[in-house]
Amino acid sequence: MRLADWTEIGRMDELGRMDSPVHRLDPRAKVLVSLVFIVLVMSFPRYEISALVPFLFYPVGLIALARIPMRHIMKKMLIAAPFALLIGLVNPLFDRQPMCSVGPLELSGGWVSFISILFRFVLTVSAALALVAGTGMYRLGAGLERLGLPRVFAMQLLFLYRYLFVISDEAARIMRGVRLRSVGSGALGLRVYGSLVGQLLLRSMDRADRIYQAMVARGFDGEIRLLQQSVPGWCDAVFAGCSLILLGAARVWNLSDLLGIWLAGGVS
Amino acid sequence: MHMADALLSPAVGGTLWAVSGGLIAFCARKVKQTMQDHLVPLMGVMGAFVFAGQMINFSIPGTGSSGHLCGGLMLAILLGPWAAFLVIASILTIQSLFFADGGVLALGCNIFNMGFLPVFVAYPLYKLITKGRHGSPLAWAASIVSAVIGLVLGAFGVVLETTASGISELPFGSFVLVMLPIHLAIGLVEGLATATVVSFVFRARPEILQAEPEAGIRIRPILVGLAVAALVIGGAFSWFASTHPDGLEWSVVRVSGSEEVAGSNAEIHQHLAGFQRKVAFLPDYGFKAGEAEEEACDAWPSVSAGATVSGLVGGSLTLGLVVLTGLALRLRPVRQAK
Repeated sequence: MRLADWTEIGRMDELGRMDSPVHRLDPRAKVLVSLVFIVLVMSFPRYEISALVPFLFYPVGLIALARIPMRHIMKKMLIAAPFALLIGLVNPLFDRQPMCSVGPLELSGGWVSFISILFRFVLTVSAALALVAGTGMYRLGAGLERLGLPRVFAMQLLFLYRYLFVISDEAARIMRGVRLRSVGSGALGLRVYGSLVGQLLLRSMDRADRIYQAMVARGFDGEIRLLQQSVPGWCDAVFAGCSLILLGAARVWNLSDLLGIWLAGGVS
Repeated sequence: MHMADALLSPAVGGTLWAVSGGLIAFCARKVKQTMQDHLVPLMGVMGAFVFAGQMINFSIPGTGSSGHLCGGLMLAILLGPWAAFLVIASILTIQSLFFADGGVLALGCNIFNMGFLPVFVAYPLYKLITKGRHGSPLAWAASIVSAVIGLVLGAFGVVLETTASGISELPFGSFVLVMLPIHLAIGLVEGLATATVVSFVFRARPEILQAEPEAGIRIRPILVGLAVAALVIGGAFSWFASTHPDGLEWSVVRVSGSEEVAGSNAEIHQHLAGFQRKVAFLPDYGFKAGEAEEEACDAWPSVSAGATVSGLVGGSLTLGLVVLTGLALRLRPVRQAK
């Protein structure tokens, strides 16, 4: 976790605060559709590619309607890619059975499944990022709580999110102090490291204590009350209904195959 | 160690989602029961601390690289297992949502591997060895040993879950051989970092560590729980992994009642495909061909050259449509809401 990552999370926060048709949808509808989307994408057999393409409509539509810069999402995807990529790259090594041929080119099963893994990665990650960037953490947390997430955990998510920036500022200050007083790399000896992180820990705990005092002073009695915000309207129902039907259709029928066959049939 | 959705099957992901979801609900109840109110903000801030602590690196003695704290074991030492589990789960959730570090459906797996195993397996071990004597050489050894065990178990979990999903071709044995040494090393570093920070805290503010978050955890219920979880997961995994390589095929077999139906489906598919090929090359029957294929596509893809070509053509066309839709949606004028 480097400093650049923090500006990234701040950017996501900014995006989540924007206002667009997507942002105005009820968070529960978006969470539900996104979960169904991810499960459907993952449920395809190993060698499927063409049937996955229509699923791109969902994240792309969401990102476009929410006016999130596509570049931003793509950059985040690239940063997250290495693990899935590395494991996926093993497939062509182990699965060398020729599977299909495109003209003179023979593709082994391993390459087909690797491309399929790439596609799954792009789909699932972009859907999750679009959900967060198009909802914002506070709305999302409240929505999850109303979907049945234990309240203690929903609160934990919101508290963690709230203090991420505060505590990371603290850490950044400590690191700045270290850099000003030492020459060379930022890597520290174990002993210095222990006291720096320990110091950060103590400061964080003290801060938690002050927060607690402040909460008690404002009448906190151990029970957290979340503000009930949005009332789901027909817009949300239409969004959820339509997306679920379309996703279901794309799962049952290979839509891009259908399109290809229809065109091939029509032209020739 | 964060798993991505792309390599998981819904059966494995769903099972572990259920397991981790149950654990979250259970721990949430536990925290509420033993509630000291001050734990509410403390948990949130400690989660933020683990994030921020990763900004500070130390150089690993003897090597050129540097390491940082991951924090699972340390949270358990400072907050007790129930609260620590919730904090770790929340950290992983934020990582998956904001950094795409680990998938959304893979969250169950990740919480199990990096939350349950360190908190409910490694931490009791740490407690057993140290018996409250923080900062002693024994505690250093304990924290290294239990961090290593927690991480290696977690890595083993990653291997099991990936193999059971059957999307990756990586053989079980070599995957284990790759993952375990790496996580052995990471575990050593993690244990070292944890021990350093804990012993600093013990010297500076011993009361934090002495104030036991709760009256100790009993090992036996946890072992029983672990055994049950292992049985359930092992059973589910081996079932999915052995007879049904793809979760979907499994569900189809379950829906259709027997595997023979799938076989006859394939036959129908052959017939329809043959019929459709005959028809499709007559120009006027384009629409009919579409209808025939609609049924044919229901059966499982047996790859033929025709299907590949139509898949390619249709796939790239759909891709083009997606791009166009995205651009069109973007061109719409912005309507400001009140």
